Amino acid sequence: MQVHIEILLIAIITASACALPGVFLVLRRMTLMSDAISHAILPGIVIAFFFTHSVSSPILILAAAGTGILTVVLVELLQKTELIKEDAAIGLTFPALFSIGVILISRYTRNVHLDIDAVLLGELAYAPLSRLTVLGFDIGPVALMVMTVILILNLAFIVMFYKELKLVTFDVGLAATLGFAPTLIHYGLMTLVSITTVGAFDAVGSILVVALIAGPAATAYLMTNSLAQMLFLSAGVGSVNAVIGYLLAYRFDVSIAGTIATVTFLVFGIVFLLIPNRGLLSIARRHLRQKWEFAQTMLVIHLLNHEGLPEALDESEISHLYEHLQWEPTFASKVVRYALNNRCVSQNDSQLILTDRGRTIAEQALIQ
Amino acid sequence: MPNFINILLNHFDYTLIIVAMGAAFLGTVSGALGTYAVLRRQSLMGDAISHASLPGIALAFLLTGTKMHLLLILGAAIAGWIGTVIIMAIVRLTRIKYDSALALILSTFFGFGLVLHTLIQKMGNANQAGLDTFLFGQAATILKRDVITIGILGGIVIIIMLILWKELKILIFDEGFAASMGLPIRTLDVLLTSLLVIAIVIGLQAVGAVLMSAIIVAPAVAARQWTDRFSVMVLLAGLFGAVSGVIGTIISSTAAHIPTGPTIILTATLFVIISITLAPNRGLVWNSSRQRRYNRNLRMASNKLIEQPQQKSE
Repeated sequence: MQVHIEILLIAIITASACALPGVFLVLRRMTLMSDAISHAILPGIVIAFFFTHSVSSPILILAAAGTGILTVVLVELLQKTELIKEDAAIGLTFPALFSIGVILISRYTRNVHLDIDAVLLGELAYAPLSRLTVLGFDIGPVALMVMTVILILNLAFIVMFYKELKLVTFDVGLAATLGFAPTLIHYGLMTLVSITTVGAFDAVGSILVVALIAGPAATAYLMTNSLAQMLFLSAGVGSVNAVIGYLLAYRFDVSIAGTIATVTFLVFGIVFLLIPNRGLLSIARRHLRQKWEFAQTMLVIHLLNHEGLPEALDESEISHLYEHLQWEPTFASKVVRYALNNRCVSQNDSQLILTDRGRTIAEQALIQ
Repeated sequence: MPNFINILLNHFDYTLIIVAMGAAFLGTVSGALGTYAVLRRQSLMGDAISHASLPGIALAFLLTGTKMHLLLILGAAIAGWIGTVIIMAIVRLTRIKYDSALALILSTFFGFGLVLHTLIQKMGNANQAGLDTFLFGQAATILKRDVITIGILGGIVIIIMLILWKELKILIFDEGFAASMGLPIRTLDVLLTSLLVIAIVIGLQAVGAVLMSAIIVAPAVAARQWTDRFSVMVLLAGLFGAVSGVIGTIISSTAAHIPTGPTIILTATLFVIISITLAPNRGLVWNSSRQRRYNRNLRMASNKLIEQPQQKSE
């Protein structure tokens, strides 16, 4: 039982720690930097491993974080040459660094336990096995401690520099004019992303870190217009995904990190479909309503144009609409029914008569 | 030096030639198609497609139980294609930007693939689809029939690209103009991405999912530095891709434990580095020497201006 709780705690804390910086990456259109960082740290880990000969040394984490920041710098240097656009710069940098890592591993560490799979995929189920002991007391899994520290670090950074982050995210120009040092904030954020990625890949692997960073933040982006709310929602969604993912993975005995990622996609999909105003369903409904509204407006304008004129009797025949507005008979009768329901017109045999309400709508539409 | 050539010649055995041919085909196709992706600033689409194809491969294996290359390729293509269609839908229908949609699909599809992979492992089937091979590629396992598959599929991709040359060119340079000419831009968009999907899934076996994006991006970026003409760029990118494939294969065969995929990627990266430093007109060396020339001319001109009024006043 204790193992379950520990794994759940690690999953929740890792998810929250990733979801917070994720918000800024999503808003600043830099989500793919996390993908780049999570791959490019490999050579850093391998080289640090050559010196320490231990997989769990903290130097590995520092070296990895350093390589992550190096990746950011390299991407920006490439961009600054103005020969390569940002996306291509990212797409060049991380595969090159990753290749170096893979070649180093397969050439020099064949007899040592440094598994690329472990780096890429991670395994949450084994996370509670490596424990942190202080003065002989077992105070919990290393991963839990590391991720808690990183979560606190992320929280502290965001709370302390909330105003700066907000301004830099939404208006870099203004931030620079007001002396807010956008570059400094940018590198601060990137350092944070680097550290978070490195801390998290141990538990969930480097590819799924991207799901934890991008997924909850993107989901939250659909749900709110306020940055503060988005931060809370992102952490909340990340935690919920982690819990559901873990329970499902346990139930069906499959990869935990993979299930959390799958749940992340499903939750995003549900929100994308159902959220009011921005969801797929409400977009479709709005399109449909606009179609009928527009047809109804056409109808009332048509009636208003001919109202009180000699030809009014002819023009207000329903059958005349087919010809005049070029509507299919079925469509025309649907529009008439829609307008009748809205009390924009009233029907007298086959004659349509404009009501006061319909007249106002037509007049307003003509003014606009 | 002759010694090195001897080593090379000794290594030109049958397997190496097969692998090198596969890598060359692959490099040509992905290099040429990468041009479109890079110019449309969708360089990382390849990364998303290659990762998103994992669940397709796993499902194809789960459903059919075979390891037939073509079926797995088909599964990979379908999953990768669905992934890109969802990315396009998210970008079109929500305020979520391209990069986030890409990252989301890339990682979650891959995660679902991992779930399926653990299911396969539990079945204890000896005929497992190796995850390692998917991630890092295993060029040494390329057989003659794989090369034929790569050649045929790659050939189809290139032919479609040539048939729709004009339309695709307008689409990538001026989408609005293409729409105003009545071209079905959404269909063309999906078609172009589908071609990219094919180019990527045929490369998975040799290069692997993680690095496949680089063989799309690197040759095109290198080619971009040498020319401003689209047709020349496509040709050069295909050439760089093919040469990287062959050189990478040869280098990795000269010594033990040098994986082919990463070597191909590093070779292609080397092409990029050479191109951005040395290419005429755009390259860094050219640029800085031009800058120096400008500065010198400016100094001389300003010196003249300062001297002239003095002469007049005398």
